[in-house]
Amino acid sequence: MYEQVFLLEKRDSEYQDLAGYRSGGGYSALSSTLRDSTPEQLIELVKEAKLRGRGGAGFPTGLKWSFVPKGGTSAKWLLCNADEGEPGTFKDRIIMEQTPHLLLEGMILAAYAIGAAKAYIYIRGEYVIAIRRLEREIQACLQAGLLGKNILGSGFDLDIYLHRGAGAYICGEETALIESLEGNRGQPRFKPPFPAVSGFYKGPTVINNVETLACVPPIVQRGADWFRSIGSEKCPGPKLYCLSGHVKRPGLYELPMGISLRELVEQHAGGTHSGKKIKAVIPGGISAALLPEPALDIAMDFDALSAAGTMLGSAGVIVMDESTCMVRVAHRIIEFFHHESCGKCTPCREGLAWIEQMLRRIEDSEAQSGDLESMERLYGNIEGNTFCLLGDGAVMALRGVVKNFRHEFIERIQQGARAA
Amino acid sequence: MKDQTLKQQITEVATRYPAPRSAVMPALHLAQAHYGYLTQEAMAEVAEYLHLPRVTVLEIATFYSLFHTRPVGKYHLQLCTNLSCMLLGAERLQRQLEQQLHIRCGETTADGRFTLTAVECLGACEMAPVMQLNDDYCGHLNEQRLAEMLQTLQEEPNRKPENGPPSS
Ligand SMILES: Cc1cc2nc3c(=O)[nH]c(=O)nc-3n(C[C@H](O)[C@H](O)[C@H](O)COP(=O)(O)O)c2cc1C
Ligand code: SF4
Repeated sequence: MYEQVFLLEKRDSEYQDLAGYRSGGGYSALSSTLRDSTPEQLIELVKEAKLRGRGGAGFPTGLKWSFVPKGGTSAKWLLCNADEGEPGTFKDRIIMEQTPHLLLEGMILAAYAIGAAKAYIYIRGEYVIAIRRLEREIQACLQAGLLGKNILGSGFDLDIYLHRGAGAYICGEETALIESLEGNRGQPRFKPPFPAVSGFYKGPTVINNVETLACVPPIVQRGADWFRSIGSEKCPGPKLYCLSGHVKRPGLYELPMGISLRELVEQHAGGTHSGKKIKAVIPGGISAALLPEPALDIAMDFDALSAAGTMLGSAGVIVMDESTCMVRVAHRIIEFFHHESCGKCTPCREGLAWIEQMLRRIEDSEAQSGDLESMERLYGNIEGNTFCLLGDGAVMALRGVVKNFRHEFIERIQQGARAA
Repeated sequence: MKDQTLKQQITEVATRYPAPRSAVMPALHLAQAHYGYLTQEAMAEVAEYLHLPRVTVLEIATFYSLFHTRPVGKYHLQLCTNLSCMLLGAERLQRQLEQQLHIRCGETTADGRFTLTAVECLGACEMAPVMQLNDDYCGHLNEQRLAEMLQTLQEEPNRKPENGPPSS
C-alpha cells in the first residue's frame, strides 16, 4: 500500500499551521540538515534521490542546484514558481492551502543548498486563500526562528517574500517570471545565460516548482533510497495528479510516479461520471497532446509520455468521454494559447491568431476543402520557430487532436460544403 | 486626495526587493484594493512612490489581466471557460449569466453592480465548473445553484465579500 507523504489527506487544518506541522515531525529535516550537513551534502542527497522538477520539464533538481556557482560576491536567489497556470492543474494550490509548511521547509532547505539569503514565492494572483495562509505561516516561522536571521542558531539567514502575480499564463515560464519579478512585462528572455548563472537582477537564480520543493523535506527525512523505491528508476518519487473533466471523482491524487494512466483514470478517479466510454485523455495539462482511449496503458512519467509524443507536464489529467466534440476542444485550446501569447514573436502571436480563425471556420462549418491542410502547414511552421515553449505547446496540443480525430474535422468541413 | 497609508504600504513593500521597480505589481495590487480600480491618479501615485515613469506603470497595468484600468462592478463574476469547465457545461452557464444579467461577457450592468468576465483556467478544476465571485471561488456550479446565487446577490445590495483582499 502506498503511503502518502504530502499529507494532503489530513484535511481539517491539521497541518495548515506550524504547531500541527511540527507535531507530525515537520522541520526536523531542516534542523538535522542545519546541524549535520553542508550545502554540498544536501545537493548530493537530492541528486542521489533523482528528484526531477515537477514544473513540467522534469529537469534533475540536484543538478540544477549544483549549477549555482559556489561563493562569489553577487547575491543568489531562490524563486518558487507558484504561478500554476497550465489549464487542468491545481496541485500547487492545494499544497499551499493544505500543507504550506511543506513548501516553506523545502524552500529553506533549497536556499541553504544554493546559498540564497532571500527567496520569493511568485504566486498566482487568484490564489487568495493560499496567499493569506502563506503570509500567516511565514510570520509564524519568523517568530519561531525558522526564518529570518540565524535560523535555529545555525548562522544561516533567509527571508521569504510572497509576490502576487496578476493573471498572465506566460509568467509561469521561468525567464518571463524573472522579468515580471523585476517589474517588467512578463515576456521570456533569451537563454543562455541560464538563470542559475545569471537570473534575477543578474544574480545566480534557482527556479523551482512548488511540488518539487515540497519533495525535499521528505527526502531529507526518509532518505534518497526511500524516494527511489517509489516509481521507476529514472523517474522516482511520489507524484500529485490532478484529475478533472468527465470523471466520476475529480480531485488531487497522490500516487507513485509512473502509475498507469488507465489505472489512474478508471480505478482511482472511477472512470467517467456518465458511464459513457472514454474518448481521450490529456495527460499533462492542455499543452500536452491527448491520448486516445486505446493508448491509456502508459506509465505516467516524463520519459514514457515523451516517447509517446506527449508529456507529463503538470500532470493535469483531463478526461473526455465519447460525447466530446474534438473540433470544439481544439478551438478552445487554441483560443487559450492565442489569448495568452505574450506577443513577443510573430509565429506565435500571428500564427495562433490565424489558426484560431481557421478553427472557428471549421467549427461553424464555413471551411472549404483544403483548409485543414493549410492549417497543418501553418502549425508546422510555428513549431520550433518560437521564442519560448508556449508556441510549441499550442502546436503539440493541436497536433494531438487533429492526428487522432482527423475525421471529425473533415466531417465538419464536408457539412459546410453540403450546406453551401 | 493622496492617501498616506497607501504611500506607507507601497514604500514598505518596495523594501522587499533589490530595486523598487520590482514592487510595481504589489503596488498596483495595493492601489487597486484601495481605489477599487486603477484610476489615472492611482497609477500616478504608484509611479511617484516607486520613482518610475508613469508610462512604465501604465504598461505593467495593461499587461496583466487582474489589473483593471476601468471600473468593475461591485460583484465581479469571473466564469472559467477553459477545457475542464467547458466539458462540464461552462458554456451553458455563460449563456445563463448573460441572459439573467442582460450583459455580455466583458460588460458591466448599467447600475454598476455586476461585471461578467469569461476567464481562463482558475486552477480549481476539481470543483469544475467554477467561477470567482470577487476573491471567492464558487465551485460545482449548475444552473440552479447559479440562479440562486444571482438571486441572493440581487436581493442583498449590501453583501460584503467574505474576506478583504490579501495585503500583498
Ligand atoms: C509557457 C510555459 C508556462 C509554464 N508555466 C509553469 C507554471 O505555471 N508553473 C511551473 O512550475 N512551471 C511552469 N513552467 C516551467 C518553468 O519554465 C520551469 O521549467 C519550472 O518552473 C522549473 O521548476 P522545476 O525544475 O522544479 O520543475 C512553464 C513553462 C512554459 C514554457
Ligand atoms: S512563443 Fe509566444 S509566448 Fe513565447 S515569447 Fe513568443 S509570443 Fe511570447
